[in-house]
Amino acid sequence: MEKGGFCISTMASSNIAILLTIGVITVLVIQIIYIINRSRKPLHSKSPRSLSTLIVLGSGGHTAEMLNLLYVLQTERFKPRYYIAAATDNMSLQKAHVFEDSLLGKEAPEEVGRAEYMQIYRSREVGQSYITSVGTTLVAIAHALWLMIKIRPQVILCNGPGTCIPLCVIAFLFKVFGIRWSSIFYVESIARVRKLSLSGLLLYKLHMADQLFVQWPQLKEKYPRAHYVGRLM
Amino acid sequence: MGDIDDIAKEKRVVFVTVGTTSFDALVRAVDTPEVKNELFKKGYTDILIQMGRGLYIPTKSTAENGSPALDYFTFSSSIADYLKSASLVISHAGSGSIFETLRLGKPLIVVVNEDLMDNHQSELAEELAERKHLYCARPQTLYKTISDMDPGSLVPYQPGDAKPVAELIYRYLGFPVD
Repeated sequence: MEKGGFCISTMASSNIAILLTIGVITVLVIQIIYIINRSRKPLHSKSPRSLSTLIVLGSGGHTAEMLNLLYVLQTERFKPRYYIAAATDNMSLQKAHVFEDSLLGKEAPEEVGRAEYMQIYRSREVGQSYITSVGTTLVAIAHALWLMIKIRPQVILCNGPGTCIPLCVIAFLFKVFGIRWSSIFYVESIARVRKLSLSGLLLYKLHMADQLFVQWPQLKEKYPRAHYVGRLM
Repeated sequence: MGDIDDIAKEKRVVFVTVGTTSFDALVRAVDTPEVKNELFKKGYTDILIQMGRGLYIPTKSTAENGSPALDYFTFSSSIADYLKSASLVISHAGSGSIFETLRLGKPLIVVVNEDLMDNHQSELAEELAERKHLYCARPQTLYKTISDMDPGSLVPYQPGDAKPVAELIYRYLGFPVD
């Protein structure tokens, strides 16, 4: 009798576990579908005062394109601003400093807002072996998560290369788990004329970018959900 | 003194840049008699090479019959001044130096590095060459591009504008667009 009862209770609890798992997965799937659908439409809230913004600087040409965008944005709408660049890239944050200094030259500090500068580990350096890159990838993901928990931005601006991917994935997961809603904007590099970069393709295919901008009409034809905006350079 | 001034005025420099890494195939191509000869025929007096981390060291030389003077360095914190004083720029295909050169209105030959694994860089150079903003070459065909080129026929590049992106971002986030 007792044995039978135990059997029934374990069966019942395993049934509950299965039901719970199915329930959680269903909720997550509905949440993801909701987020993707929500991301297609503008955020129709009343004009926000200012939004905390994460700016991922890609290095070299990528950084130059991002700065061209920052120069035309009304920065009092995007504050505070958090700049992230790869730990191996020592030029990009310097350029961000120069940009922020130029703002302070033009407007009052309270209008300009606060700026912070951070570096992030890259998952794989050029030429690194695949075995060691498993370890460095884990470190990079943990570091990205730590930074994202600290920043919890409302807006993310990025334009490749791969540095922005872990940050965007974490931002998307924050949306799924209701931790933070951030709008992700990705500008594909001007160097991409016929095909999206791997980062761009991932964000496009997985519906992770709220808006994805391309600088050449050929790309808009190939990826209809992208927005063609003309050249930034 | 007068003579030196005259020579200085007539200096026409070709600036060659490989960017932050190395591009030995380009440096080697510029160092060939064919390329130097074509440059000389087009009236260029000096070649200055930014060779990056490359292993191939070109031969320094002064101007002599049929060949411009040649000099090189590895890196510089800013190549802006070199670009400004150049009469012709021969560059790797990185978007940074391409647009910096185009904005200065300098004639530009972009040489595509065929040894790169993911060679998406040729996309940009070829697109801009089709629009006649620059010439696109490979290391082996550089001398031919120089001999065929007519810098006067290049179309000046109109710098792009980031405002359309900014407007879409504003609209999406609910900021007024003015």
